[in-house]
Amino acid sequence: MNASTQKNINGSIAGGAKPWVSQDQEPFIRINNLTKKFGDFTAVDNVSLDIYREELFCLLGGSGCGKSTLLRMLAGFEAPTSGTIMIDGQDMANVAPFDRPTNMMFQSYALFPHMSVEKNVAYGLLRDGMRKREAFEQVGEMLKLVQLQDFAKRKPDQLSGGQRQRVALARSLIKKPKLLLLDEPLGALDKKLREETQFELINIQESLGVTFIVVTHDQEEAMTLSTRIGVMNEGEIIQVGEPREIYEFPQSKFVADFIGSVNIFEGRVSDDATDYVRIKSSEADCEIHISHGVSCSENQKLWFAIRPEKLEVTHKKPRGKFNWVCGLVDEIAYQGNLSVYRIKLTSGKIIRVTKSNRLRHNEDEITWDDKVYVSWEDAAGVVLTQ
Amino acid sequence: MSDISGHNFHTTFYHWLKRRGRTLVISVPFWWLIVFFLAPFLVVLKISFAEAIIAQPPYSQLLTFAEDGVVQLKLFISNYGYLLDDSLYISAYWSSIKIAFVSTLITLLVAYPMAYYIARSPSHRRNILLMLIVLPFWTSFLLRVYAWIGILKTNGIINNVLMWLGIIDEPFVMLQTNFAVYVGIVYTYLPFMVLPLFTNLVKLDESLLEASSDLGAGSLTTFLKITLPLSIPGIIAGSMLVFIPVVGEFVIPALLGGPSTLMIGQVLWNEFFSNRDWPVASAVAIVMLVLLVVPIMLLRNAQNASNEEGA
Repeated sequence: MNASTQKNINGSIAGGAKPWVSQDQEPFIRINNLTKKFGDFTAVDNVSLDIYREELFCLLGGSGCGKSTLLRMLAGFEAPTSGTIMIDGQDMANVAPFDRPTNMMFQSYALFPHMSVEKNVAYGLLRDGMRKREAFEQVGEMLKLVQLQDFAKRKPDQLSGGQRQRVALARSLIKKPKLLLLDEPLGALDKKLREETQFELINIQESLGVTFIVVTHDQEEAMTLSTRIGVMNEGEIIQVGEPREIYEFPQSKFVADFIGSVNIFEGRVSDDATDYVRIKSSEADCEIHISHGVSCSENQKLWFAIRPEKLEVTHKKPRGKFNWVCGLVDEIAYQGNLSVYRIKLTSGKIIRVTKSNRLRHNEDEITWDDKVYVSWEDAAGVVLTQ
Repeated sequence: MSDISGHNFHTTFYHWLKRRGRTLVISVPFWWLIVFFLAPFLVVLKISFAEAIIAQPPYSQLLTFAEDGVVQLKLFISNYGYLLDDSLYISAYWSSIKIAFVSTLITLLVAYPMAYYIARSPSHRRNILLMLIVLPFWTSFLLRVYAWIGILKTNGIINNVLMWLGIIDEPFVMLQTNFAVYVGIVYTYLPFMVLPLFTNLVKLDESLLEASSDLGAGSLTTFLKITLPLSIPGIIAGSMLVFIPVVGEFVIPALLGGPSTLMIGQVLWNEFFSNRDWPVASAVAIVMLVLLVVPIMLLRNAQNASNEEGA
């Protein structure tokens, strides 16, 4: 695809330095050709990845995609089958977990059940031989940061899920690690608490200036938290990019489908010019016109992917020659802020369209079994070749 | 008519069962304990307050019916006084508790690594290893203790091998010493320590160990700070299962021990069968029970209190 367009968009997001764009900084973490096999099963397959200082990097993927194994290799709990991990210029090959400049926040939190909150948090400091008084002073400050100062003497089983999550965070941050690894940090929290905690996590990360690597299967969480996302599938990293880049410019059907929802039309190139491409798809009523060049050949099979919110649904037939389809409203899900329409096209394909409910009452309301036209802008979708 | 009443009987019985079913199920082990534990205990308690006489049975009755409808209750507490008078009993109690304590400690030290290893093994190997721990129970306990005589005696396996290798010229005297008693006890009671420890250690969440390591603790520190404190319930359970029966152990010291081995089980045997002094033998048994039960109750209470504090 067109790398130049992507670069532009990256630049236009603006706000803050982006070392992964400007390339003027040494990567803080360098993962090179990392592979991990368990018997015949390849959990992590030849992964190479650079992560920069103070990034909040999300590894996103379904269960069993290898994201947790990758995280555990960074922490030192698993030894790579091949490949190298460098953290801050230091090769981690023969460094034991307790000597690494990393700390981990476990998915289950792994709080020591026989120790009070403050002893849990102090554990790391005391292991480094810090004096008790000094350690507990620091613990007090850390507990203030995570708003648990009143719970210092409690045992983990006397805390709620959200409080335990904060203890785990405090315990993993107390040693001021260069790199904090978080395994599904918000997975055990309910939705509302999760949303609040997301922003808290970002605030803490920014105020402490620690590099975070977060493993998650929740794409919304990844979008909210991260500076960049690495999408993983079957042990490989499929695409790395900023949240917007991953969402708007997925490089494969897998990524397009995994992040958010998407409508995909399969078709063949019917007209390949330098500044536009036309695709003919048996699933759409008319040709698809894309207003920029795509590196492809005539008659090549490819996919056109478009997000539901980039589609417009009307009763009136659009004027243009391209980029619309016609169908019947099959299902409507009213969600308050927006409505989701499932529209059955003449070809039998079902597509999703979302429409934000800007008016409280609409005269021209679209309803079940209406004949509707769905149209989109020339640059609203992406062309995928894999 | 009879049909209807039969039907009624069934439904009433069904309703009764539904209401009382719980009580019924619980009452079975309850009555079992009353009949086979509490009742014999009361009999022993009664005998301990009687006087030894030459008769059949060899003790006096507590209640006697004198003339004029007077019922006499005679309690001889002298049996208990006798235990205090003769230093034999006190030193036998003391020696029993000492032997039980030391052998419990040794059993714990041997069993802990075994239990830890089994708990950390992959599950398919775990079952085989657990089987091996329980396997000795398939042979008679008495036979296994006899086998140790063959191993430990002066011209037994150990001495023969050591002499053959030229490591020693004179055989060690191992049989009929306290050493042999310890060997026998640790060998016999090992499974009772391994199994509760295993049940505890297998539940240990591995991520706790990883978290400890992640926070800068080496393996030894992780063991002392995390694994060991969390396995205390298993240690207590295993130690109880070993300590309590070992205090009253009779067979092992009788077969492997020597003249210097003094345990309360043997004393009890002698009182009962050699001296035919049932009341004193009963008093010995009752005192042993009290010596064991009181500290256990106190420990229980302490444990419950600390649990409540934690909850």
